[in-house]
Amino acid sequence: MFAFLFRFSVFRACLLALFSSPALAAQVQVAVASNFTAPMQRLAADFERSTGHQARLSFAATGKFYAQIRNGAPFDVLLAADDEIPARMDKEGLTVPGSRFTYATGQLVLWSATPGYVDSQGAVLKQAAFRHLAIANPRLAPYGAAAIETLDKLGLRTALQPRFVQGENIAQTLQFVASGNAELGFVAVSQVFEDGRLKSGSAWRVPPGLHAPIRQDAVILERGRGNPAAHALIAYLKSAPARAIIGAYGYTD
Amino acid sequence: MLSESDWGAIRLTLELASVTTALLLVIGTPIAWWLARTRSAWKGAVGALVALPIVLPPTVIGFYLLVAMGPNGPVGQLTQSLGLGVLPFTFAGLVVASIVYSLPFVVQPLQNAFEAIGERPLEAAATLRASPLDTFFSVVLPLARPGYLTATVLGFAHTVGEFGVVLMIGGNIPDKTRVVSVQIYDHVEALEYTQAHWLSAGMVMFSFVVLLILYSLNPTGRRR
Repeated sequence: MFAFLFRFSVFRACLLALFSSPALAAQVQVAVASNFTAPMQRLAADFERSTGHQARLSFAATGKFYAQIRNGAPFDVLLAADDEIPARMDKEGLTVPGSRFTYATGQLVLWSATPGYVDSQGAVLKQAAFRHLAIANPRLAPYGAAAIETLDKLGLRTALQPRFVQGENIAQTLQFVASGNAELGFVAVSQVFEDGRLKSGSAWRVPPGLHAPIRQDAVILERGRGNPAAHALIAYLKSAPARAIIGAYGYTD
Repeated sequence: MLSESDWGAIRLTLELASVTTALLLVIGTPIAWWLARTRSAWKGAVGALVALPIVLPPTVIGFYLLVAMGPNGPVGQLTQSLGLGVLPFTFAGLVVASIVYSLPFVVQPLQNAFEAIGERPLEAAATLRASPLDTFFSVVLPLARPGYLTATVLGFAHTVGEFGVVLMIGGNIPDKTRVVSVQIYDHVEALEYTQAHWLSAGMVMFSFVVLLILYSLNPTGRRR
C-alpha cells in the first residue's frame, strides 16, 4: 500500500515536471482554420520555443468555430480562413477591438493525388473524365466558396455540380482526394505545397483573377483579452520568422 | 419551415433505412440462426465480430470503410473489377456502411429469439417429418416474431440515427448521401438554428414514437 502510494507520488512528480511551464508562461487556446494546420503546427512549435508560452491548437472549418465561439467555446485566438467571419465577430463584440489583422492570403489549388492528372492550365475540368470533384462545403469553408466562385467564372459549375463531393472542411476535402476516392479536388495551396514545391501528385494553381483573394484574418477573442500568451501569439505572427514560415507554405502577404 | 433540401434529406434517410433493414433481415437471419444453434469454437469470435460496431467509434468504421472501399482498397478493387466503380460517395456505399454499422442491432435480437425457442419445438417438428426449411418457416419464424419486430425497429432506427460514418464516406451529396443527421449538422454549423430545430425536433419525435411502439408491442420481452 505504502509502496503504491510512494510510487504514485513519484509518478505525479514526474507528470508535474513534464507539464509544468516556466513561471510567467501562459497558455493560449487557438482555433485554427483547417487549411492552416500544417504551417500552424510549425509556427506553434517555434512560438513556444521563443516565448515560453504554450499554444493549444484546435483545427476545424471557420464557420464551425464561429458557431462554437458564439456559444461560449473556450478559445483565446481565432485564425480564420477568411476576413468576413472575423469582421462579423468584431461587430458582434466577440473580439478584442483592434486586434484583427490579415495573417495570410490563401491560394486555391486544383489537386490530384495522381501525377500528371491535373495539367498546368486546369483544362482537366473541361474534359470531365472524372467521377468526383471534391470541394469544401461552401457554406462553412471559405475555400469551398472560392472553389464555387472559380467554377462560376469558368462557366463549369452547373455541368460539374452532380459530381461534387463536399468535405466538411478543407482537411476532409484533401483526404477525399489523397485517398483516391475523388480523382481531384479544390484544396489550399498550403496543404499540398511545402517549401515552395508540390509534395506529390499534380496541381493547377488557380489564378487570383478567378476568385476573390482569400484574406485570412486573425483576431483575439473576448476570452483572450487579459491573456498575455494570446497577445504574444498575435505579435509573433507578425514577426519576420513567422512570415517566412507562412510564405514557405505558399501563402502570400 | 422545411426546405426542399430538408425534404430530400428526409426522403433519402427513410430510403436508406428501409433498404438497409430489409437487407439486414436477410443477411442477419442465417448469422443469428448459426450463432443461436452452433457449438462451434468460432461462436465467440463471430459473436464478438458482429457486436464490434456497438463499441467502435463511428470514425473507426468510417475510416476503414473509406480505405477499404476506396480505389486502392480490397473492396474497391473488387467493385472496380466488377465494373461498379468505387462505393464511397454513393447511395450503395452508404447501404454497405449502414449494414456493417447496424448489423448487431438486427442479429442480436434475432439470436435471442432463436435461442429462446429451444430444442423442443424443432424436435417436435422433426418427428412430424417437417423438412428443416419447412420447420424454419412454419415453426421458427412465427415463434421468433417478437425478435423480428425488435430487430426491424432497432435496425431501422439505428440507421436513421447514423451520422459519423456517413460524414466520413458520404461526401454530402444532395439526394444521394446527404441524410437528415448530416443536414442537421450543416444547419447548425451554418447557424441556421430554425431549420436545425425543425429537423432535430422531428428526429426526437420519430425516435420516441419508434421506441414507444417497440416497448408497447413487446413488453419486457417475456414472449421471447
